[in-house]
Amino acid sequence: MADVAVHTPPADGHDDHAHGHTTSTGLSNNKLAMWMFLGSECLLFGGLISTYMLYRGRHEGSPTPSQLYNIPLTSISSFVLLMSSLTMVLAVSAAQRRDDRNTMTWLTVTALLGATFVGAQVFEFTEFVHEGLGFTTNLFGSSFFTLTGFHGVHVTVGIIMLMALVGMVSRSRIPGDKAEVVEMIGLYWHFVDIVWIIIFTLVYLIPS
Amino acid sequence: MAISERNSVPALAGSGSAYVTPSTSFGVFKRPVESTGWRSWVFTVDHKKLGIMYGVVAMTFFVIGGVEALLIRLQLAAPNNKVLSAGAYNQMFTMHATTMVFLFVMPMAAAFANYLVPLQIGARDVAFPRLNAFGFWCFLFGGIFLNTSWFLGGAADSGWFAYAPNTALAFSPSHGVDFWALGLQITGIASLTGAINLIVTVLNMRAPGMSLMKMPIFTWMVLVVQFLLLFAIPVITVALFLLSFQRNFGAAFFSVEKGADPLLWQHLFWIFGHPEVYILVLPSFGIVSEVLPVFSKKPLFGYKFVVFSGAAIGFLGWGVWAHHMFASGLGPVSVAVFSVATMAIALPTGVKIVNWTMTLWGGKLRFTTAMLFAVGLIIEFTIGGLSGVTHAVAPSDTQQTDTYYIVAHFHYVLFGGAVFGLFAGFYYWWPKMFAKMLNERLGKWNFWLMVLGMNLTFGPMHILGLQGQPRRMQVWTEFRAGQGFFNLAFWNRVASVGSFVLAIGVLMFLINVIYTYRTAPVAPADPWDARSLEWMTSSPPAEHNFDAIPTVHELDEFFHRKYEENEATGEIHQVSTYEEIMADEATRADKHIHLPSPSYWPIILAVGLPIVAYGLIFARLLAVFGGVVILLAMFGWSMEPSVADESDYDPPVDGGPTKELATLG
Repeated sequence: MADVAVHTPPADGHDDHAHGHTTSTGLSNNKLAMWMFLGSECLLFGGLISTYMLYRGRHEGSPTPSQLYNIPLTSISSFVLLMSSLTMVLAVSAAQRRDDRNTMTWLTVTALLGATFVGAQVFEFTEFVHEGLGFTTNLFGSSFFTLTGFHGVHVTVGIIMLMALVGMVSRSRIPGDKAEVVEMIGLYWHFVDIVWIIIFTLVYLIPS
Repeated sequence: MAISERNSVPALAGSGSAYVTPSTSFGVFKRPVESTGWRSWVFTVDHKKLGIMYGVVAMTFFVIGGVEALLIRLQLAAPNNKVLSAGAYNQMFTMHATTMVFLFVMPMAAAFANYLVPLQIGARDVAFPRLNAFGFWCFLFGGIFLNTSWFLGGAADSGWFAYAPNTALAFSPSHGVDFWALGLQITGIASLTGAINLIVTVLNMRAPGMSLMKMPIFTWMVLVVQFLLLFAIPVITVALFLLSFQRNFGAAFFSVEKGADPLLWQHLFWIFGHPEVYILVLPSFGIVSEVLPVFSKKPLFGYKFVVFSGAAIGFLGWGVWAHHMFASGLGPVSVAVFSVATMAIALPTGVKIVNWTMTLWGGKLRFTTAMLFAVGLIIEFTIGGLSGVTHAVAPSDTQQTDTYYIVAHFHYVLFGGAVFGLFAGFYYWWPKMFAKMLNERLGKWNFWLMVLGMNLTFGPMHILGLQGQPRRMQVWTEFRAGQGFFNLAFWNRVASVGSFVLAIGVLMFLINVIYTYRTAPVAPADPWDARSLEWMTSSPPAEHNFDAIPTVHELDEFFHRKYEENEATGEIHQVSTYEEIMADEATRADKHIHLPSPSYWPIILAVGLPIVAYGLIFARLLAVFGGVVILLAMFGWSMEPSVADESDYDPPVDGGPTKELATLG
């Protein structure tokens, strides 16, 4: 990404532009932009969640939500996703200490935890299809798969970004401030986590 | 990282080599470095070039949308007319609205915002120059994608708000609606990235001393609009995804026969759609709020009120969407709430009208074309605003829903409001952007033909609508046209004649552009005796905008540098000229201004999107290919520093500034 700055390059020539310049808000351009994007994403998930809440009772021709949901399994996968936020924090912290090795380790662990979550979701989707709830079976199916699918895609995009980040850190191919890039991916990752907390509560825990 | 000013001269200076090879460090390709020719436009990240490109493309779509409108009016010019078949007519009004809203007014506002916001806040570019270029290409490719549907089985024919079940496969079997849904997703990406970019630019990159309440009013209105876009675009994104899933993957989100609730679409669409109308009109409000003070030689009356009423419109705009749905049976409580909210939003709008009028009051008015359009906006928009208040009264709205009365209303607010504002902006900022004054005589023709044309076209629609002529009616018959003053045949003919007057008015503008491009002398740098920072640059502004970033002390900084008030008498007298101020700024000029560098990645990334969209419609394999293009472009982009490497620049001569990229590679 980019920001516009008036700055003096540090002595080592490393283009460390996130520090040493002022913006009107004090927040770097990159970070402010990420916050704005996440604000926009809230409305995206807001729309999808509303659609699901409207249609969750319309499950003609398929098992009901309470028959389908495997709460213990989803609880475990939710826990795994929440733990990935912890490892993400550790990655950011390592990046801020300029500790590349630990940064890469924790990013990889975060990606693996995320992949575990997506794997559980794929398993869950397959189970649902076997039990008679497909994407087109009824409105409940369509809106359930759309909502959780969109979230799953967000996690998957996050995993791709994490792995790309590992690769780029290992080859020192990140232009600009490494710690800030890691932190930005972290913001995205935490956001996706928080959205899952809302989805898990509204979709799985509150009976329809 | 985009613009950096380096205080130390790089070690390159002593290398003695005159030719520099642009490095491939980090990037995959060598960077584009051309500063002339088509490459300097296609790979540019300069906000001014992108602004002009937005403007040219939007103007082209304006002409296309205008031709569509003329075809509609031709069809309605005579009874039992056969200019357009029913199917073609449906496509025509759908694409007319879609083009005008998404491909003309929004991008034209983006053109002004892109060009002017960095200049008005004293910045050298936007926060994310490559993202800015990406947004433009998304808009262009999205617009082209939408319009190719005409040749690939027919355009969307469901009306611009695409209510279910009109969009269902059974009622719209062509690919038109698919093109529409995917095309708007692509232009939506342009709006979203543009919104994030401009918000960060305005919040983070203002010149020293420019607090939010010293910001030019146009920039303020742009900021409000970007927040509206930021939160409105994801909602239409959801709606369009659901629609695509229904049409392509067999879901039933809006199929009543499968138990769905068609109101879901209406809610999602209008939660986007009502903020959208403010997205369309607020930039024009900003433009006239700049134009009126300059040509009245007075500060904007109640600047803070105009700012806060703009922000209030931005907030209230989220609470009125259901007034588009009064006729859909929402129940009395909802109707009452949205009815009151809608009346409430007339207040901040009225505040603006009062402020503009008071700005004119007692001013030394100069009726240039820009001023005429601004005053025209006040009058025509007020007419549209008043008919809008009649929609807020739900019982009256039930009578008006889906009639030509609605068509009359929104053309008064969107043509008389948004479009007049944009034209005021053309005439006002043309000398800034192109160093040529648009011809005033042709300008007057342009204005008066447009005023006459729009009132002839849209005025009679009030009568037609209240007489019950339904919106989107393809054909009328003499037999059912009625008698006397309310004869529908007569008023339809008037509207059709008016639309051609209007078209000639717009044509005058295009003639004016070509005529002045060929003949007009170079315009003075401050032809209007303007007030805000963008005029404190050369015309057109240098690539780096400002030699020295100005320090701001006042609202209307440029005016306050030129004039001082005698405290005893209250008289204003000139203390400085443009030339003196510029010479003073030049003494503080920054050295070593490194601008953001051109890049291939924005256009490559953007071109992947329509490939995916065509693929989704015609061949999934193509979509996979497009996806690969997008993914690779993302990697290329993220590994490329935004500013070229030091070695990409020509070595500085005699320790002087290094402002140019090496042109030899």
